[in-house]
Amino acid sequence: MADYKTVFGGLNDFTPGGVDAIDDNPKNYVFSNVFDVASRSAPYERVAVGKNLEYVMEAIRAEGQSPWYACAHDEFALCMDGEVEIHLVKPDDADSPVDPDSEGATVLDEAPDGRKMGRIVLRRGHQALLPGGAAYRFEAGAPSVILTQTIAGPATVERWAEICHSESLSAN
Amino acid sequence: MTEALQTHYKINPASNETGYKSYEAGSFTFKRDEYFISISWPKGAHTMAADAFMRAMMRTVAWGFFYGTLSYDPVFGTTNHYGIVDMFAGTYHPVFKENGRDHLEKFKAEDLLELFRDLVDDWTNEGYDPFAAPGENDAGQPWGRKNGNNADAVTRIRVTANRMVGLPGDAEIRTDRNGYPQNRMFADVSSDQPLVEIEPGFEDEVAAFNLYDYLSRSDVTWNPSVCSVVKESLFCPTSEEFILPVEHGNDRCEWFVQLSDEITWEVKDKETGKPRSRIVMRAGDVACMPADIRHQGYSPKRSMLLVWENASPRIPDMILSGEAPVVAVQF
Repeated sequence: MADYKTVFGGLNDFTPGGVDAIDDNPKNYVFSNVFDVASRSAPYERVAVGKNLEYVMEAIRAEGQSPWYACAHDEFALCMDGEVEIHLVKPDDADSPVDPDSEGATVLDEAPDGRKMGRIVLRRGHQALLPGGAAYRFEAGAPSVILTQTIAGPATVERWAEICHSESLSAN
Repeated sequence: MTEALQTHYKINPASNETGYKSYEAGSFTFKRDEYFISISWPKGAHTMAADAFMRAMMRTVAWGFFYGTLSYDPVFGTTNHYGIVDMFAGTYHPVFKENGRDHLEKFKAEDLLELFRDLVDDWTNEGYDPFAAPGENDAGQPWGRKNGNNADAVTRIRVTANRMVGLPGDAEIRTDRNGYPQNRMFADVSSDQPLVEIEPGFEDEVAAFNLYDYLSRSDVTWNPSVCSVVKESLFCPTSEEFILPVEHGNDRCEWFVQLSDEITWEVKDKETGKPRSRIVMRAGDVACMPADIRHQGYSPKRSMLLVWENASPRIPDMILSGEAPVVAVQF
């Protein structure tokens, strides 16, 4: 008997399911696929694939070097495909580069002045803390996929009608 | 429905015939025999197979009634009001309702949980693990007369990381060494760890772990555990195999990300149980369960599911008042 094979999918290898609406509107389920979204995104667009009031999950196509980001609160990055390097810096000015009361990630115009905190290399399935008050930058040698846990902010992109299924499986 | 808070709890001595204790909470009674659980209330009675009941009751206890409604089947279940819990029979079944056979009583959550903990301990025989999928070698059998217990299995603590698994002083990662071997269906999952280079002074802030390896080593099914926290946003990944033991009725929007393999969800109207949708989720798929449905998942192979919750206690009232939406996103 064959061994069990675990299917994780990837940027070039995904087969979405969908909603078979019996007595329902398929849009109610806000159904999308992280790899599908990343495959159609520009590098480092932070596209919301989940939203629960102020909180979001973002799908990111990691490719090349990202801008520097800063965020007042903790965020998390889960690598769902490929390999992603994260550089972390503690800004010298605690109240800069973002308002400590702000929410979500902000794109910085330039690299922040501060102390180097560390470097992390994530591969598929690895999850990193992006600590609140730090600045960070992603880097990926080949197209990769990140899912974030964060709060909607200036860098979050919402385009639900483009990414979500609007028809029932039974209609196809 | 009885609005007054019930205060009657009683644990009756073990039956001479089966060896199992019986239980009373308010006017509900619970008895078990070799195969079945019998639940009675003033206007009716109900019977469930012992395996299905024990898997559902185990989650009720482990989750502390979780969010919203846990329907063990179309008739019996609980609804969490966070401090107060409804226990009901037929309340969300159109035929019971139409014929006046439904019944609901309210309990202080911690008191009812204490009774249920005793019930789970007494009704779980040696070798039986209600957290396991029935196909697992060490799942054991729920049937038969009273035969020992399995306290190690039924008293597992649900992991709740304060910030993130693996951080100093937070929930530990799982390894062979601390008693968490990979599950048979996840033997092909890589156990490599991320590269983490930490500058001096940032040991509590620069951290990463292998979430997929962590999930491949989970010794329970259908038991979401908090692995990372952004204020009230909780990532609660879990490993799933066989059937979610309850129909979970949402009191808020709840998001799923299928991290591996495939789960099919049967979605019904929360109040009536009438079918609404069937959702197939494969690796990378994201879907939101609206706040007005109940859902039950079927996972043919052990899979990894990320359950994402907004744990704000204000949400049920916000939904009732229209301040928060029933469907998470309109487009």
